[in-house]
Amino acid sequence: MARDPDDLRRRRARNWAMLVVLLALSALFYAITIVKMTKS
Amino acid sequence: MSEAVSETVAADRGKQSPLSLPAAAPAQAAELSDWIALLKPRVMSLVVFTGLIGLLIAPGHLHPVLGFTAVLCIAVAAGACGAINMWYDRDIDAVMRRTRNRPIPAGRIEPGAALGYGVTLAAGSVIVMGLAVNLAAASVLALSIGFYVFVYTMWLKRRTPQNIVIGGAAGAFPPVIGWASVTGSVDLLPLILFAIVFFWTPPHFWSLALFANADYQRAGVPMLPVVAGARETRRQIVIYTLLLVPLSLAPWLIGFSGLVYGLAAMVLGVGFIVSVWRVATDRQDASGVSQTNDAPARAAFKYSILYLFALFAALAVDRLAG
Repeated sequence: MARDPDDLRRRRARNWAMLVVLLALSALFYAITIVKMTKS
Repeated sequence: MSEAVSETVAADRGKQSPLSLPAAAPAQAAELSDWIALLKPRVMSLVVFTGLIGLLIAPGHLHPVLGFTAVLCIAVAAGACGAINMWYDRDIDAVMRRTRNRPIPAGRIEPGAALGYGVTLAAGSVIVMGLAVNLAAASVLALSIGFYVFVYTMWLKRRTPQNIVIGGAAGAFPPVIGWASVTGSVDLLPLILFAIVFFWTPPHFWSLALFANADYQRAGVPMLPVVAGARETRRQIVIYTLLLVPLSLAPWLIGFSGLVYGLAAMVLGVGFIVSVWRVATDRQDASGVSQTNDAPARAAFKYSILYLFALFAALAVDRLAG
């Protein structure tokens, strides 16, 4: 389906934001796991 | 959780949302700023601050990573409430001057997408809080989200002038959640902090409602000035402030905090009483309409924000230094 350049730019922005959020969440879950394992 | 802060800052600055970008700005940045605006970041700041204070003054130790996670969950949950609130209130936001440029009424974000965003963040924040921190904190967090969305937004807001009195409880939960994150339980002090925020909400929000009265009338939201008039609202603001100030001394009177907090609470409380007394004695016509463009109400609103920040900061300083 054809999309105008503005739509593509918006989609790209959303994808980058999702990537940043997922990477941040991965780092957070890793840190939480390490803390929990150290405590136990 | 209280939406007054963001709404009024937007009102003070004109019609634009605080995060809106000029039309010439890149589409990507505008898109992201709309998704951030859905989270009501200015409301989030007060919620995060009171939650953080609850966490800092609680007895016991929480690993900094888990403390950060708890505060993040509180912030994300507050943002989720904002997004769901904007989804539900999109019809009245469209007719209110200061909210009509929000992403949903302006047509920049689909209502269904905003709802999905809010529900996902709400569920995610509770699940992470439960798995990473503890179940008590997750339970109170879930309760606060449910209270804000179902009790305040969907039930009370459009039905009764007591909407922000009862609904104010939703904004009073964060210090309890912060405390529960450390201790895994709820004690007397966090309940006192809950009560302080609860009694602070009416004078804070009704000061806003006085100078935003036309907007609420247009949208048909039964805020107290719309239903009972400005004169009665000013009287209620004074009554709630007179109840709040002695209550704010409770942590000191029952020995939870020291003289630093006690003195700060007294000084800040006297300032608040003076501020709302000016609201009550504002120059007004026979029907109670302000002849000063509600200047005292605007000042009282700003002071109420400073009051809560300073009061909670004093409590943290007192506990951590003492």
